[in-house]
Amino acid sequence: MSVRRLALNQPEGFAFSPASLETANWWLQKYPADRRQSAVIPLLWLVQKLEGWVSEPAIRVVAEMLGMPRIRVYEVATFYTMFHLQPVGRHHLQVCGTTPCMLRGANDLKAVCRRRIGAPFAVSADGLLSWEEVECLGACANAPVVAIRDLYHEDLTPQTFEARIDALLRGEDVQPGSAIGRQKSAPEGGPATLVDPALYDGSLAVPVTLPNRPQPQPQPAEA
Amino acid sequence: MTKIIVDGTEIDVPPEYTLLQACEAAGAEIPRFCYHERLSIAGNCRMCLVEVKGAPKPVASCAQQVRDQRPGPNGEPPVVNTRSPLVRRAREGVMEFLLINHPLDCPVCDQGGECDLQDQAIGYGRAGSRFDENKRAVEDKFMGPLIKTVMNRCIQCTRCVRFATEIAGVPELGASGRGEDMEITTYLEGALTSELQGNMVDLCPVGALTSKPYAFNARPWELRRTETIDVMDALGSNIRVDARQGEVLRVLPRVQEEINEEWISDKTRHAVDGLRRQRLDRPYVRVDGRLREASWGEALSMAADALRPCGGAVGAIAGDLACVESMKATLDLFTALGSPNVDGRPDGLVLGGGPRESWLFNAGIAGIDEADAILLVGTNPRIEAPVLNARLRRAWLRGAEIASVGAAADLTYRVTQLGEDGGALERLLAGEEDWATRLEGARRPMVIVGQGALIRPDSAALLRAVGQLCARFGISGREAGWNGYCVLHTAAARVGALDLGFVPGPGGLDAAAMVRAMDAGSLSALWLLGVDEIDLPAPGRGTVIYVGTHGDRGAHRADIVLPAAAYTEKAAIFVNTEGRVQMTQRAAFPKGAAREDWAIVRALSERLGHRLPYDSHAQLHQRLLADHPVFASLDHAPRRDFPAGFDVASLGAAGTLSSAALVSPVRDFYLTNPIARASVVMAECAASRRAAPVLMAAE
Repeated sequence: MSVRRLALNQPEGFAFSPASLETANWWLQKYPADRRQSAVIPLLWLVQKLEGWVSEPAIRVVAEMLGMPRIRVYEVATFYTMFHLQPVGRHHLQVCGTTPCMLRGANDLKAVCRRRIGAPFAVSADGLLSWEEVECLGACANAPVVAIRDLYHEDLTPQTFEARIDALLRGEDVQPGSAIGRQKSAPEGGPATLVDPALYDGSLAVPVTLPNRPQPQPQPAEA
Repeated sequence: MTKIIVDGTEIDVPPEYTLLQACEAAGAEIPRFCYHERLSIAGNCRMCLVEVKGAPKPVASCAQQVRDQRPGPNGEPPVVNTRSPLVRRAREGVMEFLLINHPLDCPVCDQGGECDLQDQAIGYGRAGSRFDENKRAVEDKFMGPLIKTVMNRCIQCTRCVRFATEIAGVPELGASGRGEDMEITTYLEGALTSELQGNMVDLCPVGALTSKPYAFNARPWELRRTETIDVMDALGSNIRVDARQGEVLRVLPRVQEEINEEWISDKTRHAVDGLRRQRLDRPYVRVDGRLREASWGEALSMAADALRPCGGAVGAIAGDLACVESMKATLDLFTALGSPNVDGRPDGLVLGGGPRESWLFNAGIAGIDEADAILLVGTNPRIEAPVLNARLRRAWLRGAEIASVGAAADLTYRVTQLGEDGGALERLLAGEEDWATRLEGARRPMVIVGQGALIRPDSAALLRAVGQLCARFGISGREAGWNGYCVLHTAAARVGALDLGFVPGPGGLDAAAMVRAMDAGSLSALWLLGVDEIDLPAPGRGTVIYVGTHGDRGAHRADIVLPAAAYTEKAAIFVNTEGRVQMTQRAAFPKGAAREDWAIVRALSERLGHRLPYDSHAQLHQRLLADHPVFASLDHAPRRDFPAGFDVASLGAAGTLSSAALVSPVRDFYLTNPIARASVVMAECAASRRAAPVLMAAE
């Protein structure tokens, strides 16, 4: 993490699209009128979904919508590193660099990014790709992880990662999820424990007497 | 009241006290950086850690209340230790963390010698640092012409951010980024638009925000401190003037809870460089249309010649910065000369004569804290009296309703705009305005009448309307001891002049009439006590004698210029807008050959053959107090009801109200008097404000 500043080149203005304005109003209605400021993070997130990043004119627009001083919105936008303060590529790659991913090869993935895209936050010439290193994405079991447009790509190797970059550059969609076909966070190559089939067919079951259960009443003699 | 044991001493404190306040009540000293009595509690510096018995860790005493403490097992009062080894170690730890990134640049830091961090590092600092890493480096921010920033030194206490947001009411400062990268900045590094921003420099516990005009000027221990009174507005803020070798270097606020608390406006603080520029340091006389230097003897003889043969055909006007002593001497001299033409209201104020309560801020400045409905008439307190405006803002935050009749302006709080002209007053009287119900329902209503309503052609009628409003809504006298009729003056001299009776005698001319009479030739000489704000007689018409401190408009027109002492150079009485009599003290000597104003009048009186009966300042005071007992109660605000038999509805005179908007006479906050106009800093501020006009603050 480093000092975060607004980008030097800023667009002329910002306006919500009709659809996003509807969403913005939906957020605003969640809060009482005098607590509109509560919607600042959802609105900034909406801005980022719309434009890919949070520009200075957008900060002004949000401040006006919420009746907040601009500096208060600016504080929020600079506080949260998930708000991008400069333009990013169409596909923004967030490479997790925290310890588990680092131990499982995140540094190699970063090297791929540097080679194929450039420095962090530099947008590739065609405007398609940009990347940054982020803190823990919370998918340590499937390390190393890269989030591409907020979808997780897991168990990457430099080769599989680069294949995805190639696909993105060709304009193809990439399938999120594990690159090695792992199911969710299950162990790599299938389960390694609790594999005995006998565990599941009931053959190991031992009759037990549960304490404090009502004792079976003696059956009345059949008439 | 709740009992609590601090360092073994049991004390009884209100339950809403914080632990820090309770410890202070018990006499323990708690170090702190972020905590400030007049700001909200942030609790982020952690320096005020104390040990609370039963708590697992030291607690930040500024952020915990006494009532939340757990009693002992048998119901004993909670126990707090402020001097235990645990506390000492904890504070040493905090100090070490603070010093990781704070530069060791005290020798080149302006805060050196009066720095909280420096002082507390003496008490809690370790001998060396255990951190080998580089210190963080932060870019300095631009905040306008008054605040110099050295952001490496910032310890993120956020006192400045809280002051700007809460007291000044301009939410322009903020903390960007997070953690180690947190930085204090204005939005896109714009200049601050507050008239109170100098106070942030005082609040800053380190040298991150320092005074730009005062940068590298002096060390605090080189300065001679004089506790005195400010004259830049009519509040009479209590200030401390720091001077070195006869040169006033800076002005700081003094705590006076009933006037300025501990704030002062930027003009009060930063106009002092005007005391060094454009000063009149020797007498001048006009010969063949040009001013040339003269000796005191020559200038006084010429002045006496101009005044002597005229009998009653001379006049005197006292300006905005005239002290009571100089006006008293002038009044005595002109009475002796037989001239009724004296006026201490160059702006044409309609008040004067009658009971004193008709021109005072009767509820007192501190009375604003008690008011629950406040009507502003023809005033923009933000530029007329910024410190008072901060108090109005606090009243608004507390729930008071504020409405205004006059030109709309951003006052840093929400104001119900009732209209621009006096018609709104008539509508209020007739009950056509919704706001009338607010005045009716208020427990302590207040009407603040500004000069914007009192110096117009229709001011007598406006004043009558205000008086009727006071009578109609019981603004004075609804509650015993409450008088909500408040006049906000803009000039430090005005109330003193009115108290002194420095107004035209029977058949006398007022200021505007005197100027007209000079032009017409029916008045042959005009005595000006620092009058620079009005149109003066055309050159060549009669003799204009100017007694003042600066080469401003008055001196440029004058035929005889007599140099006088500024407010920092004499012990003199000023009466503030609430009728509080206060005295300035001499911090430096008058420039060059300049003399105290009253002594100039006294010397002239001798040459005129009407020797005034006082030879010293003490004798003048004796005479003043004998003639006007009102000046005897020093540092006391009367806060009185109207005298018996006075009908507030009879104020002013009947007449028709003009439809022109009520506009404050203060056009540029930074340039209202000769001292401020001579100040380079004030000129910079005015230019900066013109370049970026005040945006409406979003609340």
